[in-house]
Amino acid sequence: MIAPSAYLLLSAILFGIGVVGVVARKNILIILMSVELMLNGVNVAFVAAGSYLGDPAGGVFAFMVMTVAAAEAAVGLALLIALYRLKETIDITELKVLKW
Amino acid sequence: MEAVLFILFGAIAVCGAIMVVTRKSPMASALYLILTLFAVAALFVLRQAHFLAAVQVIVYAGAVVVLFVFVIMLINVPEDRLPVERATTTRVLGVLAAGIFILESAVLARRFWMQKGPAAEVGTVETVGRALFTDYLLAFEITSVLLLAAVIGAIALAKRKT
Repeated sequence: MIAPSAYLLLSAILFGIGVVGVVARKNILIILMSVELMLNGVNVAFVAAGSYLGDPAGGVFAFMVMTVAAAEAAVGLALLIALYRLKETIDITELKVLKW
Repeated sequence: MEAVLFILFGAIAVCGAIMVVTRKSPMASALYLILTLFAVAALFVLRQAHFLAAVQVIVYAGAVVVLFVFVIMLINVPEDRLPVERATTTRVLGVLAAGIFILESAVLARRFWMQKGPAAEVGTVETVGRALFTDYLLAFEITSVLLLAAVIGAIALAKRKT
């Protein structure tokens, strides 16, 4: 029997690694993948909490998070393709049109 | 047995995640992302969430990562035109921030005490389906609007302007 806190810790580690990917990388593709990692870490916490508390809401929330992740990936990658057509780069620091 | 499997798949998930954020080539990152997603699916099975494990493999590894791989191949950035990564200080600061977050969560997780509920199986087809089509029906229906908006948005954004 594993303590619920082990799952929560694993979830926090996955989320933390995702945060590192978002703040420390410049490649937009890898930043988007890191966002997926963060969403996955959250899912681990939802499933573990739902299963330890015996509440089906945990599974339902994890399901919703997966749906949002799929939608986010689709729109994010479409934005990336549009940006690449316009600027020929996947470097996030090159995209500073709104910066002044 | 459960503890051994948890440590094994947890370690695979964490190592895969570290590889995702450290690889230079996006394609290598995508493949390590699949590894992490499969390990997380195995953790779901460990928590009796069989339906969610199947959805994780089909939707994430089957659809989302394939979409990533498709876009990586479509834009096909040459090796020498990949972005030059940030300075080491920035990276160390990022790792420190995440480390502080993980430590805080560890302290909170140790204090967090979950009361055992009646049923343990919450991620099976029956329980998720029952909850989804009774208590969370409105949220489920709104999800379809979200997906429709995402589909239309993705097509409108990626379409070549004529």
